[in-house]
Amino acid sequence: MLVDTNKNSNKEVSSTLLEVKGLRIEGLSEKGWQEIVCGVDLTLKRGEILGLIGESGAGKSTIGLAAMGYARDGCRITAGEIIFDGIELHSAPENEKRKLRGTRISYVPQSAAAAFNPAHRLLEQFAEGPVDHGVMSRKEAKEKGRALYRSLDLPDPDNIGERWSHQVSGGQLQRMMVAMAMACGPDLIVFDEPTTALAVTTQIEVLKTIKEIVVDRNVAAIYITHDLAVVAQLADQLMVLRYGNLVEVNSTGQILEAPKQEYTRDLLDARTRHEKTTAQISNPEILLSIDNITAGYGKGPDILQEVSISVERGRTVAVVGESGSGKSTLARVITGLLPPRSGDIRFQTDILPAALAQRTKQQLQKTQMIYQLPDVALNPRQRVRDVIGRPLSFYLGLRGKEKERRIIGLLEQIELSEKYIDRLPDELSGGEKQRVCIARALAAEPELIVCDEVTSALDTIVAKAILDLLQKLQHELQLTYLFISHDLDTVASIADQVVVLYAGRVAEQGSKSAVFQPPFHPYTRLLLSSVPEMKQGWLEQTLTTREAKAGIAREVKITKRGCPFAERCPEAISEICSNERPPLQTPASGHFFACQHTPEILLK
Amino acid sequence: MLNILKIFSSAPWSAKFGMVVILFYAVISIFAPFIAPYGETELLGRAYEVWSDKFLLGTDNLGRDMLSRLIYGARNTIGLALTITLIAFVLGSLTGMIAAALGGWVDQVLSRIVDVLMSIPSLIFALLILSIFGTAMPYLIATIAILDATRVFRLARATAMNVAVMDYVEVARLRGEKQGWVIRKEILPNITAPLLAEFGLRFCFVFLFISALSFLGLGIQPPTADWGSMVRDNATLIAFDDITPLLPAGAIALLTVAMNFVVDWMLHKSSGLKDVG
Repeated sequence: MLVDTNKNSNKEVSSTLLEVKGLRIEGLSEKGWQEIVCGVDLTLKRGEILGLIGESGAGKSTIGLAAMGYARDGCRITAGEIIFDGIELHSAPENEKRKLRGTRISYVPQSAAAAFNPAHRLLEQFAEGPVDHGVMSRKEAKEKGRALYRSLDLPDPDNIGERWSHQVSGGQLQRMMVAMAMACGPDLIVFDEPTTALAVTTQIEVLKTIKEIVVDRNVAAIYITHDLAVVAQLADQLMVLRYGNLVEVNSTGQILEAPKQEYTRDLLDARTRHEKTTAQISNPEILLSIDNITAGYGKGPDILQEVSISVERGRTVAVVGESGSGKSTLARVITGLLPPRSGDIRFQTDILPAALAQRTKQQLQKTQMIYQLPDVALNPRQRVRDVIGRPLSFYLGLRGKEKERRIIGLLEQIELSEKYIDRLPDELSGGEKQRVCIARALAAEPELIVCDEVTSALDTIVAKAILDLLQKLQHELQLTYLFISHDLDTVASIADQVVVLYAGRVAEQGSKSAVFQPPFHPYTRLLLSSVPEMKQGWLEQTLTTREAKAGIAREVKITKRGCPFAERCPEAISEICSNERPPLQTPASGHFFACQHTPEILLK
Repeated sequence: MLNILKIFSSAPWSAKFGMVVILFYAVISIFAPFIAPYGETELLGRAYEVWSDKFLLGTDNLGRDMLSRLIYGARNTIGLALTITLIAFVLGSLTGMIAAALGGWVDQVLSRIVDVLMSIPSLIFALLILSIFGTAMPYLIATIAILDATRVFRLARATAMNVAVMDYVEVARLRGEKQGWVIRKEILPNITAPLLAEFGLRFCFVFLFISALSFLGLGIQPPTADWGSMVRDNATLIAFDDITPLLPAGAIALLTVAMNFVVDWMLHKSSGLKDVG
């Protein structure tokens, strides 16, 4: 960060690029027009990066778009001035604003996969803006595109633009989106949660690109996110928002070290890792054990290869890995949705039938599942009463008064009041929906709950509350969790045991402290080093590590031969790692990892 | 009751107009014997009498009262169309949802049968069936119902497919729910809006189809009054500057327009689009 401040002082910091004064925006809801941004001011100097931080509903994106003089459908800017380089955008006519957008101001949305048109080649889409605005000819624009791809270290920069969006990985696509935003050399880029949908290793790759573009080319930016640690790597100034109001604005260092407002402290606290200490259980009983599972879809390759995991009663076992590592497939195998090609699933002492249809009601009752997206896990036409009530009558045969009492009891357990009983999912917030999903799982009185990325779609503060609730319930009801996640912070705060999955194989397994402190397997190291830390300069530091150089910006590839991680591994021994199955190393009892190297060599 | 009034008052004028017209038709067809001045098939006077105090809309080619036949015609034509649409819906949406929920070979078999039925032009198919089996009411109903059920099947299957992949359906399956429950409680409530809208449109098409068949002489058989055959029987009058034969045609048109207004409104509501004020 010191380097950055020096650079900032070298350039012209005095000239203001964007000034927003008293911005008020209304949104249309069922109750009519309601204010969603209530008088926000901001100033952005040339080459400066402003981070907008807040939970969903804080008005971050609305403000970001308003900086371009744009309001979404169902929104209107009612008051305020938006002055971009001397031009007042709020009152400017539409075609005036259109000349600026894409040339001097550009926008990078959250999901590049949804923002690219799947029917056009990527370079064609790159060229669209500059050609439309008459800045370049099509040939020049394409040349510029290839040059940008090259400077961003995209693989095969001369030809990657000829691909379609589905042929490029998520991280690369987001980087190409950033390149597209740079097409006309804008003065300001608005980034709207550009890394939120990405896994940690991919996130680094995109952050690196953004940093290169914005900091090194002296472009001003507004960076919208709910993740403080991410924006701390980029922003000069941070603005904390809540319900459309400004909570706090200050330099990044000040916000991180000396937050003035209670809410900012809450945000920081929710993002700080709270390690769970594992309590001793006197005589551990194995509740679920998976032996040598190999599974795949249709006639496709084996997504899981010889996976063995055992879960003790009352414990939380976390399964971690990047997307494509087979985490969700594992959940489908356990629940019976995907019968494995070989291997057994044992619950307590019985072998569970492989297919869902063959399992008995009692067997189904004991394993329940909670999903990543509570929006699609709740039937929009069913009231909370029916959602929670159905397992009660289905498994336990409860009716009438007794069932009602139990529903209210469950609502209490998930910390929702009785008045929620007749609500529809539409009338609940994201966190409340996830709580109702938890109550539905609890209603079955299960022994094991499979949690599939249950917090990754939620805001930091809400996610923390859900994790606390899960822990409280585990304590009260002796529940066992199989916790699937790509977020190592979440895993650290909830897990007792950790299973690191890579390309469908167990890379490392053991108690949390054994796996994480110190990490042995190079993949575990890569994952751990990719989690953003709440300090400035973390990004630069991480990018210099050997793990990052070798491992980021690569995809998970499933192989039958050798170690699947070999081509991303800084420790790989050529010839051997890509051809021979890595042996199991056991540094301590109950802790093992698959690698050619012994623990001693890896620790050096 | 209050709820219904609330929904009614929030509807746009076009939907209100449509609902009033449909209500009017419903009242007329239900109370036809009390409203009509004469009997349905009574021969009262000379053929093609002009409009008078005795016969408000004149008489038809056999000397029956035109107004009475129009009123009874509403009852016959609408009643028949409603029956056929209902059968088509029960059949189409049930098979459509089953195809979507079960998938696999069940879906394949049902979908291919529907493809075959849809590949034959429906009017020609109906003419063929009716000329083989005769024009008795049960055959008429079955033929048109099956033809229309194919369209309903398509819609029900497509919308149910989108619902069947949702996590809440997976939750129900993991709980061990039976297919019937999944279809009834998880899928059906989420596709009722588009199905209802389709019901309105389908009803119009069935209605027009019956009229077309009647006009060709294969629909409702004489002496039963029905708007389609009434147009045909009295068509010659148009040559003498008499608009009477257009009245049954107008009755058909008005109902179709009214129905479409209501359906548009329901589609708009179910699509969840906001009115941007």
